[in-house]
Amino acid sequence: MVTFYGKSFTSRLLIGTALYPSPAVMQQAIRASGAEIVTVSLRREAGGGKAGEAFWSLVRELKVTVLPNTAGCRSAREAVTTAKLARELFGTSWIKLEVIGDDETLQPDPVGLLEAAAALLADGFDVFPYCTEDLSVALRLRDLGCRVVMPWAAPIGSARGLVNRDALKLLRARLPDVTLVIDAGLGAPSHAAAALELGYDAVLLNTAVAKAKDPVAMARAFRLGVEAGRAAFEAGLMGPRDFASPSTPVVGTPFWHDAS
Amino acid sequence: MRLIVNGQAIEAQASRLDALLEELDYKGGHYAIAVNWDVVPRPRWAHTMLNEGDEIEILTPRQGG
Repeated sequence: MVTFYGKSFTSRLLIGTALYPSPAVMQQAIRASGAEIVTVSLRREAGGGKAGEAFWSLVRELKVTVLPNTAGCRSAREAVTTAKLARELFGTSWIKLEVIGDDETLQPDPVGLLEAAAALLADGFDVFPYCTEDLSVALRLRDLGCRVVMPWAAPIGSARGLVNRDALKLLRARLPDVTLVIDAGLGAPSHAAAALELGYDAVLLNTAVAKAKDPVAMARAFRLGVEAGRAAFEAGLMGPRDFASPSTPVVGTPFWHDAS
Repeated sequence: MRLIVNGQAIEAQASRLDALLEELDYKGGHYAIAVNWDVVPRPRWAHTMLNEGDEIEILTPRQGG
């Protein structure tokens, strides 16, 4: 089981609701992923908000827990107000906090992120901050009161996997009591497995499933990748070695004789 | 009166938030609203008076990652 702010879940895969070829495929892919938590956003809509209403009823049919995001916010002020609107709209104190610092890389702005996280925690929110693998920022988020921290693996939608594996390993070691989620940058189930093998509690992804040729099949593949990675972590991986070590017994090797 | 709704300047007849929603054809649905960066909970829509130049955000659920 994995716990987010006191709520326990079986699935360690959190999945986004965007970019699918159709609403029906979105629903099927989410079901196939086994995810119990999905991310959603909120946007301006003209014409009476009918598209938003239709999307929301599809999500409700899935009977999953909703994690709203502040995607697109570029300042702490925007993110805090968006979070409050999300709380009003979705009836949850959970918020995936994104404060973007750079449009090219969608890299989080650490200053705005910490400012917004402090304000939202003080206001009773359960903050899921999207950050980089920077240790100092992660420690500060924890010290502010974030019980979940979500470093990227690579830029959003880049499908590059764990680019800075050593730093992610260090985060896990230094934040043993925080629920750590790899958020963004995963492209393959093997990337998700690698994150779980490192001891990460969960992964959050969207594009890798939604943009696959067959999103439903890929959702299932990610579910299996996450399960394999977690099972491997629990089983205890052996450490790497510099040199070979035979697995077949040496004693009784045929045709062997003492060279001397 | 002149209002900014979702970033666009409009000329509205309504002087109360619930009346503005009706005027703009937002019916029943699922929205969250901020007036001048302050969230206005649904029970207060009918009591919120609007002023010239108010900035209003009307947001609905959307796909997100």
